[in-house]
Parts: sequence; structure tokens; C-alpha cells
Amino acid sequence: MSKKTENKVVSRKDVTKAQWTLHMMNKNKIGYFMIAPFMILFLIFTVIPVVLSLILSFTSFNMIEFPKFIFMQNYITLFLEDELFIGALKYTMIFAIIIGPVSYVMSFIVAWFINELPPKIRAVVTLIFYAPSIAGNAYVIWTTFFSGDRYGWLNAWLMKLGFISEPVLWTRNTKYMVPICIIVALWMSLGVSFLSFIAGLQGVNRSLYEAGAIDGITNRWQEVWYITLPSMKPQLMFGAVMSITGAFGFGDVVSSLCGNPPTDYVGYTVTHHINEYGSVRWEVGYSAALSFLMFLIMIGANLLVNKMLQKVGQ
Amino acid sequence: MKKMRTRNHTVVLNRSKGGDAGITVFLVILGLFMFLPMVYTISQSLKPLDELFIFPPRFFPRHATLKSFKQLFYRMICSWVPFSRYVFNTVFISFAGTFGNLVCSSLAAYALAKIDFPGNKFFFQVIQKSLMYSPSITGTLQFIVLSKLGWVDTYLAIIIPTFCSSLGLYLMKQFMDTNVTTEILESARLDGAKEFMIFWSIAMPMVKPAWLTLIVYSFQGLWQMGGSTLIYSEQLKTINYAIGQITAAGITRAGVSAAGTVFVMIVPILVFVITQSNIIETMGSSGMKD
Repeated sequence: MSKKTENKVVSRKDVTKAQWTLHMMNKNKIGYFMIAPFMILFLIFTVIPVVLSLILSFTSFNMIEFPKFIFMQNYITLFLEDELFIGALKYTMIFAIIIGPVSYVMSFIVAWFINELPPKIRAVVTLIFYAPSIAGNAYVIWTTFFSGDRYGWLNAWLMKLGFISEPVLWTRNTKYMVPICIIVALWMSLGVSFLSFIAGLQGVNRSLYEAGAIDGITNRWQEVWYITLPSMKPQLMFGAVMSITGAFGFGDVVSSLCGNPPTDYVGYTVTHHINEYGSVRWEVGYSAALSFLMFLIMIGANLLVNKMLQKVGQ
Repeated sequence: MKKMRTRNHTVVLNRSKGGDAGITVFLVILGLFMFLPMVYTISQSLKPLDELFIFPPRFFPRHATLKSFKQLFYRMICSWVPFSRYVFNTVFISFAGTFGNLVCSSLAAYALAKIDFPGNKFFFQVIQKSLMYSPSITGTLQFIVLSKLGWVDTYLAIIIPTFCSSLGLYLMKQFMDTNVTTEILESARLDGAKEFMIFWSIAMPMVKPAWLTLIVYSFQGLWQMGGSTLIYSEQLKTINYAIGQITAAGITRAGVSAAGTVFVMIVPILVFVITQSNIIETMGSSGMKD
């Protein structure tokens, strides 16, 4: 504020990189204070467990005895000896490839359509679409729909209309389990990314639309592609990460509808496998190796999505 | 260029009638798919026991009754820990956790997005990537950390780790990036405003939709928290856990179970409605981006 500080202006060109860094650190030290509460807790509750897990993935550890170093053995077992893992990876991929993109695109489209509605009914319509996510375990209602006895909706009506003569065990029959889980997953897929899209759409600069109109945009599809989507890239990236973690971490719905483990391990995902080893069999080292592998897969998926997002609006 | 109708006090482009109709049909069909199961949950909770098992099943109850709710509340009163204690635990955990999460995430998100200190890109990358690490394994190992801290079986074990949710920070950061324009901050800085002041009175109002979203999401997660391996004292457990115990009796309590789902849902829905109407109100009445 005073003249003295103004005289001390340092220019990037006059100093070495280390000096410049120090200068910037000093000038913006308020930044460190602001992230301190978050970062300290983050270090304790996320960084330490993740680093521990990385180290433990090279050991055999049961939470009681001191970990025993076994080098790459966990990873070798994973690919060469664990048949369940290969199956789990297959179902994880099936679920992720369908649920991830569909839920992502659906979240955006619904949010965008809702944004076109008059403000008064917008809150109500948003609630209707978000309701399945707001009630954490409301998806158990689908068990009455797909129930294996004749009181289940699907069985009852198919029997009444004469398509089947006896009830089908929808959630135990390997033919139907995967599609049923996907339907329920999509039912509750308008989650936090949907909310962030709704909020993000509200923040798009309205004068851009007017400018766009002058530049010759004639319909809503061009408008969304050339103006809305590019203005929302940060929210789109957030939504992508949410969809990826949701789709690759899929598993709760399968356990609730089809049991854990499900019939013949159909729909048994890597998430189930991580839980099975991490908190049932207490082979934490092996579970950590599985988690690290999933982490790499998700990072890869995220890179791919970000590449695709760069094409938006072009 | 034709101007058809106005929306949010601004002029919108020509919208084709066909497109409008198509969108309406799409929203109605998808909306029914989304909402009917929810209505059915409520309907199940109002059915007397003999109507829960009829062939073929009916959507709406013939003789609606509050019996399932009465039974639920009766069971709640019977628990040896007073039910008010479960309510207190849930309310306390939800409010404290959401509040801390909001404060820590917003402060850090503002600093990462708008203050150019060395290392901020690195910090952000680490936080963002951490979202992709399996919560199951970090949860198991968090237990080791929490037991070293002596926090197992206390409120702290649940509340404090939610303060540093990567999700909250990531959400806030993305909105700080888009909604807060750097020029406004620079001019405030030139006027000599302190960084905390800028954060509080300039940046936060501009990202109101983001923190309202964060409140909804964080609150509903904590409110619906069931049993946890970190808490074993009965008097520290939550409503959702207590209801889970009641409905664990299985098919004979099918109605009670639906009543429980409805009961747990009410408060998050209220929070959602309040925040959503706030989001729409703020954006409708301001031209803050212009």
C-alpha cells in the first residue's frame, strides 16, 4: 500500500527461478494459510492412508501382524492365479462402459432441458429427477419390482398377461442380473454431477447467448454446442470425474439386489473384490494392490475423457 | 432473428416448436421412470400389511393407513437408547460435518483457484487424483490413523475426515474458476482489500450455486449414514442405523421398512428444496456476471 512496497516490485526476468519462487511464496503466503486447514486434514486422512496402501500393496498384511514384504507377489497373483479377479474386471468394465457415459450424458441433457423451463417449476422438476439420489437406499424399492415371487410387479403382470406361467427369479437368474443392475444404476445416476450441471448452467454468461444470436446461431443445438458446453468446461470435468468414480466403483446396487456374492459371480465387480479382501478376509496387502490397479484404470479413463472434452465446441 | 419469448429477463433465441415438444415428451417419460418408484415407496409405507402381499400388486393403497409409521415410532420408543439420542447424533454429525466441509473446501478452493502461490497446481492435482482412489481401502487404513489418534468411537472419527472431502474442494474450485472473474479480484486487491475479505464478500456470493450444491450433497450423505466400523457405542449411533435395526426383521416389516425409508428421506428433501429455490432466486434476480 505504501510507496516502499511499490518500489520493491520484482520482475520475473531479473531473478533466478528459486528466487522468484521464494518471492511468490512470500507475496502470496496468505494462500498457504487458506489451504492449511484442508491440506493438514487431507494429509492425515487421505494422503497417509493412500501412501500406506501403496506400500502395503507390496506386502502381506492382516491388520494385526507386522506386514511381511513380498515384493510383486500380490500383483502376480492378481493376474495369473486369481480367476475371480479376471471375472470381476470384466463386469467392472461392462458396468463402467455402459453406466459411466450414459449417466454423464443423461445428467447433462436433463440439467440442460430443466434450465429451459420457467424458473417457478424448475425447482420441482429438479426434485423429481434428483429424488432417487436423495434417498440413499431408496433403490431397495426395486426389489419389490423385480421380486422373485408372484407379488413382484414384473412377475405378477407377466403372469397375469400370460407371458410366463411361473415366477422368474429375476435377481438370481444370471441372464437378467446385469441388465437389471444397469437399469437401477441409471435410475439413480442423476447425482452430484447433475446438481453441479444445474448450478453451472445458471452461471453461464447470458450476454454470450445474445452475442451468439448475432453471430448466426439459429437453434438450441448449436447454442448448446458452441456456447453452453464450452462455458461449462470446469463443471463438465468435475462431472466426468464423478461419473468415472461412480461407474468404476459400482457394486452396492449389485449387492443389494442380487446378493453378495451374486449367483455364479455374475455382476461381481472389482469393488466387491476389494471389499472382500480388505474387510472380510483381511488380506489388506492384496486389497491394496487391487485398489492401486483400479486407480490406474480410472486415471487412464479420466485422461481419455479430458481429451474428448477438449473437442467440445469445435 | 425472431425473438420468441423471454427467459430470466433476457432474450432467448428462436426455439422450434418441434424441439420444445420433443423435449417435453422426453422429460415426462424420463421423469415418470425416475419418480414412480419414489411414489411407490410412499404408497408402500401407507399400505396395511395384508395389502402388501396381494396378487396382482396394486400401485396405490386401497385403505391407506399410518399403521406402518405408528409401528416404526413404537419400535423407536422401545429401543434402550432413547430415540432422541439417535436424532441428536444424526443432527449433530450432519450439521457439524457439513459446516466444516464447506468452510475448509471453500477456503482452499478459493486459494487454489485465485491465488498464485507456488505449488498450487500440484496440490490441486493431488486432491483431484485422490478422488479416484478406492474409498474402501482408504477407509480401512484410515482406521489405523484414527485409532492412533484415539478417535475411534467418538464423534470426531466421523466428523473430522469429512472436512477434507476432495469432492467438496473439487466442486468449489471448478466454480471459482468459471464464476469468479479475476479482474474483479485484482481491482479489490488494488483497493487494499484483505484476501479473506475478498474471499468472503466477493468470491463466495459469486459461487453461491456451488456451495448450496455442496451443502445438499454433504448433508444428505451424513444424514443417511448408517452403521460404521468407527463407532461401536450404541449411544453414538445414527437414526438410519436405528431404523436399519428395526427393519432388519425382514419381510414381516416390509411396511415399516418403507415407512423408515420415507422418514429418513424427509429432511434431506427439505434441505434440497430450500437450497434449490435459493439457487434459482439468486440467479434470476442478478446480472452479476455482466
